[in-house]
Amino acid sequence: MSFLTIEHLEKSFGANRVVKDFNLGIEKGEFVSLLGPSGCGKTTVLRMVAGFETPSTGRIAIGGKDVVDLRPNQRNIGMVFQSYALFPNLTVADNIGFGLKVAGKPRAERTARVQEMLKLIGLSELGDRYPFQLSGGQQQRVALARALAPSPHVLLLDEPLSALDAKVRVSLRNEIRAIQKKLGITTIFVTHDQEEALSMSDRIVVMHGGIAEQVGTPFEVYNRPATKFVANFVGMLNTLSAEVIDAATGRVRIGGTEATLRRPLPEGKVMLAARPEMISLGLQPGRDTVLDGTITSVDFFGSVIRLRARVDGSDLAFDMFNTTEEPPPAPGTDVRLSLLASDLLLIGEN
Amino acid sequence: MQPEQGTRRGALRRLPLVWVGIAPFVLFVTLFLILPTLKIVIGAFQAGDGSFTLQNIRDLATGSIPAAFWISIKISVASALLGCAIGFAMAAAMILGGLPAAIRGPLLTFSGVASNFAGVPLAFAFLATLGPLGLVTVFLRTQLGIDLRALGFNILSFWGLTITYLFFQIPLMILIITPALDGLKREWREAASVLGATGPQYWRMVALPILFPSLLGTFALLFANAFGAVATAIALTGSSLNIVPILLFAQIRGDVLGNPNLGFALAFGMIVITGIANTIYIWLRARSERWLK
Amino acid sequence: MSLWTRLTAWLALIFGLTYFLLPLIGMAEFSLKMRRGVYSLDAYAKVLGDPRFQETFTYSVVMALFTIAFGVLLVVPTAYWVRLKMPWARPYVEFVTLLPLVIPAIVIVFGYIRLYNTSSWLPLTGTAMGTNVLLMFGYATLALPYMYRAVDTGLRTIDVATLTEAAQSLGAGWITVLGRVILPNVLVAVLSGAFLTFAIVIGEFTMAALLNRPAFGPYLQVLGANRAYEPAALSVIAFAITWACMGLIQLATHLSKHTKAPR
Repeated sequence: MSFLTIEHLEKSFGANRVVKDFNLGIEKGEFVSLLGPSGCGKTTVLRMVAGFETPSTGRIAIGGKDVVDLRPNQRNIGMVFQSYALFPNLTVADNIGFGLKVAGKPRAERTARVQEMLKLIGLSELGDRYPFQLSGGQQQRVALARALAPSPHVLLLDEPLSALDAKVRVSLRNEIRAIQKKLGITTIFVTHDQEEALSMSDRIVVMHGGIAEQVGTPFEVYNRPATKFVANFVGMLNTLSAEVIDAATGRVRIGGTEATLRRPLPEGKVMLAARPEMISLGLQPGRDTVLDGTITSVDFFGSVIRLRARVDGSDLAFDMFNTTEEPPPAPGTDVRLSLLASDLLLIGEN
Repeated sequence: MQPEQGTRRGALRRLPLVWVGIAPFVLFVTLFLILPTLKIVIGAFQAGDGSFTLQNIRDLATGSIPAAFWISIKISVASALLGCAIGFAMAAAMILGGLPAAIRGPLLTFSGVASNFAGVPLAFAFLATLGPLGLVTVFLRTQLGIDLRALGFNILSFWGLTITYLFFQIPLMILIITPALDGLKREWREAASVLGATGPQYWRMVALPILFPSLLGTFALLFANAFGAVATAIALTGSSLNIVPILLFAQIRGDVLGNPNLGFALAFGMIVITGIANTIYIWLRARSERWLK
Repeated sequence: MSLWTRLTAWLALIFGLTYFLLPLIGMAEFSLKMRRGVYSLDAYAKVLGDPRFQETFTYSVVMALFTIAFGVLLVVPTAYWVRLKMPWARPYVEFVTLLPLVIPAIVIVFGYIRLYNTSSWLPLTGTAMGTNVLLMFGYATLALPYMYRAVDTGLRTIDVATLTEAAQSLGAGWITVLGRVILPNVLVAVLSGAFLTFAIVIGEFTMAALLNRPAFGPYLQVLGANRAYEPAALSVIAFAITWACMGLIQLATHLSKHTKAPR
């Protein structure tokens, strides 16, 4: 039995079913992301766990105890909002101590805990400031400390990084994960940013249209997407149309070459997909399929260079590492690309 | 064109030129707002021959004047407090109480109308409703056997005037507090709730402190609004109720106090009272808004 | 949202509406009772036929129109100039414009009477026309907080500096900038302020009474002291005018939203 269990959770607003038969078990101390585009129901699931929305049907249990009938203030949950939601009339210290104060904890205990939390987020000096005097990243760290101060059973993070600058976002991402690991707190993280989900989570739930399309580790979700939606939504994809020659062995014709996927495929034409990193420039050991193309663009990102090549009328993006010896091929260069056919993902039939 | 020289010369010329743009405004408010007020203030400290004296101020403590100030302040405080409370309740009901969204527009428009429906017509409306022959009075007497007069209610009294003033006080409160209530973020309530706070705790520790400056400002405004209301009072009570604006009105019309400079002192007293109300407001607001700089 | 919250909300609303509707109903009902035993429009007929009504009402309407024209000419350039050239002065100007909310009208007009009487340096009260002008200035003072706020809010929604520079770079002078560029863009705000001014001036009593001008407000008060049913009819008319002014503000705002939508 998982620490936090969600069973057959449904939510409708009027005739609109926004969450459909959602099931999830989260272990104690696990960090699980709900990933999906806006309107996929991820926030609604989170708000039902928090108690802001009442499920139409279904069960939510924390530590074996059904919480559906409990009000938010009885659930012992910590939550961080996208908009920080710090109380503007209270100092940083008073914000962090808010949960302890309403719980009737004595002042000495509160002060000690607030200091501890301020230290945890590295803002020990700023306890007397008001929220408006802090940067976005600092405010969100205070919000995290405020959520953690009453030692909740579960931490809910509702797109906490979306309102921040790109740089702050990355550093705070690591910080949140580090604090979460240190405290060992069970966490649900809602995001539409696949990079955040992939880099932070123990497991990811990819949601679409109110349904959990796939639940798995970042590695599984990225490399073995269960559905076409997951394949498209998580990570970047090159699509290749192919004609199946032998359905049983998975032999296909892609443009002028043939390749064997070594797994059964449907008859007729299929749509295959390859991640940029599956494709390499030149012939490489272990890559069994070769495609010929012409470089169309080169984007230099630093350590990684992203190139695009036109192959059989479609553009394929692929990456190479930067080396000091050799500049990347210029646009217009004819190149030979290689990949391992069994890596190819099947994303559609037609 | 030499840009450096140009800007320097421009800056020299711009200083007075900038003022030209608001000269008409400055002239207008000086002549028709500042000077008239100053005239009153100075006159309050002048004897008949123009020499300085404190006698006028001292004379404010004589005759019916202290009672007039006292009842004026009482009516203003009561109507401002009730106006704030009821207006707040209605605005909160509209915004936070889950009433249909369709109510909002009409209620705000109506508030705009009612807050401007003051003066003489308002007095007649209440006379026609709560006066001796008014709709409600007659209904209560003939249908329910309740005689308001016998119960001590009189539209020409403290409570009668207060109830009438509320007709423009409540809508004014609704108009001013609605944006403030809209400014309360849903996330604050949710954050408080998820941290374990009950509804009352959220209101006491977060929402009311945030709203406090707006509430206070509206209170000061409603107070001044009621304190200076002349038309409603005169049309409602004639001169039967001894409140400061009516007294001053009579004094300006016919020098009923028998001392022109005492009139200045009376008007000066009104400015002092509304001035104090607003100073308290500004001071409390600055205190309560530390979190906004 | 709990049931209890909802119930309280409805109760608050119903309580409030009852309080607001009863006087209006009472006033309307009373105005219809002039003829014994039946409802009739006699009071309205009587009032509308009264030449004093026609005179005072016309006087107040004309005063309102002049006040609006003066107010717009005073406030729009000032608010514009302050936003464009003297942003540091905005709090001070705003403070001054709010003063009429704090200083009672009766005090201001008292000051007028003492400052501009026949023996003063600017004897405005010496002639009827001079008093009319003084009263108009008084009304403009009363309307100043509303007018200034409306226009300033309107200016906030447009980029004054860029619009001005764009117009000037095309060769427009100050008058053209204000009249052709700024004013049309804040027209809705100006209209809101104008209708509000109209509503204030039509019913104003204190200043007109103390300056002894034949305005609608004092007429209403005198009538109220001597008659029973006609004042109620006049109040209904006054209320309808206020309502119409607010309705027009709404309409103007509404229309402007539609024209601005496809941006």
